[in-house]
Amino acid sequence: MAHLDFEKPLVELEQRIRALKAASGGRGAEIDQSVRQLEAQVDRLSRELFDELTVWQKVQLSRHPDRPYFLEYAEALFEDLLELHGDRCFGDDPAVVAGFARFDGRTVAVIGHQKGRSTKEKVHRNFGMARPEGYRKAVRVMDLAERFGRPVLTFIDTPGAYPGVGAEERGQSEAIGRAIARMARLRVPVIATVIGEGGSGGALGLGVANRVLMLEYGTYSVITPEGCASILWRDGAEAPRAAEQLRILASDALELGVIDEIIAEPVGGAHRDPKGAAERLGRALRRHLDALSEVEPAALREERYAKVRAMGRFASV
Amino acid sequence: MAFLQKKHARGGEKRSIGWGVFRRCEGCRETLRADDLSANLEVCPSCGYHHHLSAEAWRQHLLDPGAWEEHDADLRAKDALGFVDSKSYDERILHAAQKAGVPEAFLAGSGALGGRPVQFGAFVFRFMGGSMGSVVGEKITRMFERGLERREPVILLSCSGGARMQEGTLSLMQMAKTVSALERLREANVPFLSVLLNPTTGGVAASFALLGDLNIAEPGALIGFAGPRVIETTIRQTLPEGFQRAEFLLEHGMIDLIADRPHMRATLGRALDHFVG
Repeated sequence: MAHLDFEKPLVELEQRIRALKAASGGRGAEIDQSVRQLEAQVDRLSRELFDELTVWQKVQLSRHPDRPYFLEYAEALFEDLLELHGDRCFGDDPAVVAGFARFDGRTVAVIGHQKGRSTKEKVHRNFGMARPEGYRKAVRVMDLAERFGRPVLTFIDTPGAYPGVGAEERGQSEAIGRAIARMARLRVPVIATVIGEGGSGGALGLGVANRVLMLEYGTYSVITPEGCASILWRDGAEAPRAAEQLRILASDALELGVIDEIIAEPVGGAHRDPKGAAERLGRALRRHLDALSEVEPAALREERYAKVRAMGRFASV
Repeated sequence: MAFLQKKHARGGEKRSIGWGVFRRCEGCRETLRADDLSANLEVCPSCGYHHHLSAEAWRQHLLDPGAWEEHDADLRAKDALGFVDSKSYDERILHAAQKAGVPEAFLAGSGALGGRPVQFGAFVFRFMGGSMGSVVGEKITRMFERGLERREPVILLSCSGGARMQEGTLSLMQMAKTVSALERLREANVPFLSVLLNPTTGGVAASFALLGDLNIAEPGALIGFAGPRVIETTIRQTLPEGFQRAEFLLEHGMIDLIADRPHMRATLGRALDHFVG
């Protein structure tokens, strides 16, 4: 288990609990008592700590090395996931996973950014930074979803689309633009959920939806705090300051009208109780999918247009 | 301060002799008469380098004289985030407006090209690098909607560093808003001619700019998702000469053609003839 600095007291208490439990071997009333006391302390401390997190600490949670990734949620929520590969033009991008699966018995298209856990897997998934092929694969699966009348569920978790030479050569801009355009036109229900990092255009390429949900410790930003800081103060180390200015937390996104709902995470964050987090996510998806299933295909598109059409704040003189 | 004033004074003196009379070409470094350069649409007569041309000059160059009605000039940015870096966003807007002489980073209106009514729009790069915030996004969206309503082709000149970070995710959402409006125009078979000027990057490139029915670029224009500096930092290599330039995009199949500035009007006219005859 990796942990962030501010999680250290919690992790230490948990280690003591584990040690005590191991020592008692399930016997001894005195030890049981201490364990219970410590557990209560962990609970209280978590609540206190997480009530007073700074913006930057929340940003760190969205990038926590133990945070559940798309395929872990997929494993918990879906059955019979049939992953599809390739963009039919150039290649297959492992940073985007797409396919069909059963959710509560109904077939849905699922598309998400995928990060890696081990070093090897991180490199394989390119740290969740998609290349043009990833967005083109996503569009291909959206086409299938529309033809066969299946709702589309997307899961956003990326620092941003990949800024590399090959990605530029193969049209990263066009690929993202095309994905945004495709989502705008879909005649099936679309629900997008920011489960971790919502990094800029790379996130939006999977983000045009009838409902946009966000886990409590997710972020959604026009530019990485590091990138913003290096432009404004020529110093990437000013990222915490940039993060505050950019208003990238779930609560900000809700207030700005960018998302529809925040899904509360278990105390201490999704990584401390992945199963609990998946259950909460599943409940929210089910509720919105039920509601959207009642809406006519053309109306779904109109509703989506009205939603993005209203975004932005300006004045008239 | 005294040092600064002295420097300024000297600069001013220098300007009084040469400024406005001569300019140095950014391509071949040759000294040119400023009048010659502006009479030639800011294109260097000796090497063909395309210097920046303002949105207003573009409008005059491309559209028929007379028939012009500007739209949505009343829209103003709002500081929804309370964004402050070295100055507040409100102050930044104020300075940008003074510098650029216009209130926002986009010019939109109805005009005609070769007698055919069109919806015309152009980024104002001098206003915060042509960045797209809520106002720019709204103006572009209305331009697509107006094109759809009147069934008039849309000609949009992109020249922008991308989304405006001072408006955070609201800027990001302008990508979704503009592209959604463009999709409705496309479905109604109204042409959208996208002209890519130097530079077109970030959120503008990754939304409508490369989704034209025709993508037409100026020679040498920098066009890409990530800026060259970001890519260099990521891959820790120097980028090859000509990377992300219009000619590079043409070679990689991302744009339909490159038209130099003197021929842009004729090129757009021909395309419209083919599409809406």
